[in-house]
Amino acid sequence: MNLLEAKNLYKSFGNINAVSDISISLNVGEVIGFLGPNGAGKSTTMKMLTGFLEADSGSIEIKKIDLSKDPINAKSIIGYLPEGAPSYSDMTVKSFLYFVGKMRGLKDELLEKRLEIMLKDINLSEVQNQIIETLSKGYKRRVGIAQALIHDPDILILDEPTDGLDPNQKFEMRKLIKSISKNKGIIISTHILEEVEAVCSRTIIISSGKVLLNKETKDILKNKKENLDSIFRKITK
Amino acid sequence: MKLYIEKLMIIFNREFTGYFRTPLASIFLLVFLALSTGMTFFMGQFFQRGQADLNSFFVWHPWLFLILMPAIGMRLWAEERKSGTIELLMTLPVTNSQLVLGKFLASWFFTLLAIIMTIPIWITVNYLGEPDNGVIFISYLGSWLMAGCFLSLTSCLSMLTKNQVIAFIVSTISCFIMVMAGFGLVLASVRSWAPLWFTEAIQSFSFLSHFKRIQYGVLDLTTFIFFISMIMICISINIFLVQLKKAD
Repeated sequence: MNLLEAKNLYKSFGNINAVSDISISLNVGEVIGFLGPNGAGKSTTMKMLTGFLEADSGSIEIKKIDLSKDPINAKSIIGYLPEGAPSYSDMTVKSFLYFVGKMRGLKDELLEKRLEIMLKDINLSEVQNQIIETLSKGYKRRVGIAQALIHDPDILILDEPTDGLDPNQKFEMRKLIKSISKNKGIIISTHILEEVEAVCSRTIIISSGKVLLNKETKDILKNKKENLDSIFRKITK
Repeated sequence: MKLYIEKLMIIFNREFTGYFRTPLASIFLLVFLALSTGMTFFMGQFFQRGQADLNSFFVWHPWLFLILMPAIGMRLWAEERKSGTIELLMTLPVTNSQLVLGKFLASWFFTLLAIIMTIPIWITVNYLGEPDNGVIFISYLGSWLMAGCFLSLTSCLSMLTKNQVIAFIVSTISCFIMVMAGFGLVLASVRSWAPLWFTEAIQSFSFLSHFKRIQYGVLDLTTFIFFISMIMICISINIFLVQLKKAD
């Protein structure tokens, strides 16, 4: 089932073309790895897909809902972790997740249930009453993931979810992404090629705002002569 | 509509309780109470005047609000933009108007709390004499409306920068202009060269001129409409600026 269909997206800031003619299709069970060097347009594309930025042209449909025409209903289907996992640092973990859950329209009973699941699955139980400001980077990132998942969205868009995490935390995060990907569509942006190999079913490489490669990851990995690393360097040079 | 109010109230609650999560609320309330009562008794000569009214209390409000409202409102949007939470907030299923109204109302009701905490001075004047409580009530209402104008202007301006200090300074200057427009000295300097309608137009935009009328117990429709429409205009501009500046 198709969850997200973005067609011919363009976005420029002044004279700079941040995104040129990018199209993405996301289906249930798919994890798309969005790869690209710094400034390639990954974050801009994600901001457009989540409705934070409006595209100059092109269309985005979230489960057949036009994002530009009905942003409220379209946004409610998406869970989003922005770059740097921003959160309200003066709130406790639990109250922050409660706030996001309420904003997502969850009723008290369901919200309590989801909170419990999130705290357990994302290992936040021990810091649930701690002020976010006092948490380590790894925990802050987990809080960001938890807020993106609190309403059990069909689509998950994660902008560099493992950035700044230690190897153990990265491993845990990848495990989590894999475990929830069965009945969701996930888009992850990353610099880390091994992450794409580990969790992504499809790889999209972009550079200077253009899609340079859009292939099933297993097909890329079949090529014994070239690995993802060398392909990435070759086409983004 | 019910859903609209529900989301607005969630924003309102987060913002309102946010004041109490840091020492900001206690510091603000303490400073406001100390300054407003201190000015009433020492500079306004509350006892020496020998009159059972609160003129010497309300007369300082425009000047107090000039500093204190930007202090409350400067963080409303500047902080969201600096910390990046604006991206989180605006990808939630919520409209810009819900966000702007929720934040503004939280700061406005926090100010109401500060104003309500000065009620002992109202009780005192009733204990000492027989004031016109209708005039005092209208003055309280006018003071809160004027605070709303200062806050909506500050909220609007805090969307233009990521730096709270800049938001504070720019808001204070803007509020100062809005107050001074009705000051005798300014009007006299304009009157000497400008046509009468121009002087009157400047005066009509002044918070001070409108608040003076309220202080005398006159909350006429013009004054009421002035304050409410000022708030509505600033909120509308704020909604527009959120859309325009969110990703800058």
